Amino acid sequence: MKKGKAKTAGQRARTQTSTGRRRFLKTAALTAGAAATTGLIDGFPLVWSQNIKDVKLMQVGGSYSAIKDIADQATKDLGFKVEMQTADHSALLNRLVTQPQTIDIADIEYFFQLHLIKRGTLQPMEEKKIKLWDKVVPIFTKGTYPDGRKVSDQGVLPYKVQYVSGPGAKEFAKGPTKWITGIPTVYNADTLGIRPDLVKRKVESWSELLNPEWKGKTSIVSVPGIGIMDAAMAIEARGDIKYGDKGNMTKAEIDKTIDILKAAKKAGQFRAMWATFDESVNLMASGETIVQSMWSPAVTAVRSRGIPCYYAPLKEGYRAWGSCIAPMAHLKGIQLDAAYEYINWYMSGWQAGFIAKQGYYSSVPEAAKKFMTEDEYGYWYEGKPAKGEIKDPYGNVMEKPGAVRDGGAFWDRMGKVACWNTLMDENQYMVKKWNEFLAS
Amino acid sequence: MQSPDRTRGARPVKVSPTLTSYLQIGPLLLVLLLFFGIPLLVVIAYSFFQFDGLDSVPAFDFVNYIDVLTSGVTLSLYLKTLYYAVVVWAITLLIGFTVAYFLAFHVQSLIWQMALFLLCTVPFWTSNIIRMISWIPFLGRNGIFNNALIGAGITQQPLEFLLFSDFAVIIAYVHLFTLFMIVPIFNAMARIDKALIEAARDGGASGWRIIWDIVVPLSKTGIALGSIFVVTLVMGDFFVVKVMSGSQSASIAMAMSNQIAMVQYPPAAASAVILLIVVSLMVAAILRVVDVRKEIAG
Repeated sequence: MKKGKAKTAGQRARTQTSTGRRRFLKTAALTAGAAATTGLIDGFPLVWSQNIKDVKLMQVGGSYSAIKDIADQATKDLGFKVEMQTADHSALLNRLVTQPQTIDIADIEYFFQLHLIKRGTLQPMEEKKIKLWDKVVPIFTKGTYPDGRKVSDQGVLPYKVQYVSGPGAKEFAKGPTKWITGIPTVYNADTLGIRPDLVKRKVESWSELLNPEWKGKTSIVSVPGIGIMDAAMAIEARGDIKYGDKGNMTKAEIDKTIDILKAAKKAGQFRAMWATFDESVNLMASGETIVQSMWSPAVTAVRSRGIPCYYAPLKEGYRAWGSCIAPMAHLKGIQLDAAYEYINWYMSGWQAGFIAKQGYYSSVPEAAKKFMTEDEYGYWYEGKPAKGEIKDPYGNVMEKPGAVRDGGAFWDRMGKVACWNTLMDENQYMVKKWNEFLAS
Repeated sequence: MQSPDRTRGARPVKVSPTLTSYLQIGPLLLVLLLFFGIPLLVVIAYSFFQFDGLDSVPAFDFVNYIDVLTSGVTLSLYLKTLYYAVVVWAITLLIGFTVAYFLAFHVQSLIWQMALFLLCTVPFWTSNIIRMISWIPFLGRNGIFNNALIGAGITQQPLEFLLFSDFAVIIAYVHLFTLFMIVPIFNAMARIDKALIEAARDGGASGWRIIWDIVVPLSKTGIALGSIFVVTLVMGDFFVVKVMSGSQSASIAMAMSNQIAMVQYPPAAASAVILLIVVSLMVAAILRVVDVRKEIAG
């Protein structure tokens, strides 16, 4: 009985589908005919513009740069769809390596290039197709400051991974070439966040991170590659080790660094280590920590809760990082053209103005200027006291009139870079030792 | 596809009992193969790959295993993880047994029994992560608990060990995993014939003796199942230990997650295989003490 019934139901379903299919075929034929006619009347450009409407670019990056508002604005300005997804460092790197097809535009930190160029995950860009390349700050294009001084090349200075000799190259070029590995998007110089109400004196050196005076109230990032750099800044400042290159330590240097960290941990120096932006904000805001390595917008986030917190300019300089975007290797034809268009749009200023209001710098500051008020540009880039209220991109008040940005003007901060976020040659050994430190 | 008349007329097809069994386990077997067997084979294959610091190269090399097994950090990670597993197991067992005993033997009405049992699951109505993270503001230096202690004049200084410590990790584990102990133990106890206990009481046995000589042996299956849940959950966890210790402590899984973050797949795969072997041995040991199959069948 049961079986019989099921059969009938199945048959009924089958007839329904077949009529459905017939109807669908009819409609499709009509539409195709209509499309063909319009195409004939209006000629090729319309076909192009219709095609480009179907293009979709998926950008995946960190929460600080893959922002939906930017994708929405690009979609509006460009006439094709740009979508953003966020992923944390490790998720992003793993996805780039194991599922590159799911990403069109990689939005990555510069040191990822070491992983990706060797694997051929990305597609180098032709310099001549990047309209504002000559306007990009020379940190990235030449490895120098505007006055010709060399930027510290400890760690992965973006310039070192900026060029390749051509498509398919697995090594980086020594100097500028016509092929660019990534377009710099957001970057910044990081230092220690301080709670002035609880640290009642001036903090001027990275060594304060290890100062027993703040025992049980300090913190560093728990991401191994970045945490060890913060630790190295502090250890070198205290005078324990003079590193050859903090960003590319030898095994012996890693051993000594981890030993010092273990000893500090054993003495109860750290309260916790943070892994995410929110964790770092919560640690500071709740007073669990009072001196900790932090990202600039995290400091602002603490302050926006009405809790005093500032970013101390330290005499040893800053630990800098930079992100870039690049088309993935699988893009071709119209999608690749769209990617170039999008990248040129990205550099033209709207995005720069948007992220500047969160405290990040962009590759072409003069383009950013067009999308900021004079007061905003004065505060964020020139180190001038705010004349009015300073608001974030969503309109929330971040600073009251009279406030000055910690660390001052753009070049006062970016001009004092001590090292860059990194991927060491001895990375595998470093991660192993870092795990030892955590287990100690 | 058969036509309806043919099925209606046909005699039932004879299927051998063996085939029936295979057909019955077929779907589960398929799911296990697809989502467990094949990925596991991939992990095992990867564990023999060579890793040059950036990329994984297909090979058949024991170097990843030698690295893991000769590294001092492996032993300390295992000791630390085992420490968490044993402490959490002991506490959850104590609480789980007590709660299950209360539900099974002290609550007389079936409705109340079920109501209280459901009450135990209330925490599970919110996500694991939220339940864990809510401990942070509670246990923090300026948290609710410390403020209460100071307010009540019990301590002068906030207690620092409450958060970002082993204590915090264990509290979170116990909170998250106790139910996995309660359910199987309660289930086992509910099958115990009440007459047996009455008889023991009539025979003059003390409460403790009843528990020790009747309830514990007869709930062994539940205890074993609960123990397997708790031990395997703790052994494979990295999130709780990371958040609650403030990354100040580590577990095996956390070390693996650090390796995976840097796409160091072959060494991570080797650690994973070793962890799998260790956990399997632990489960086998538990099952050796209690023959779950026999207990359930009996």
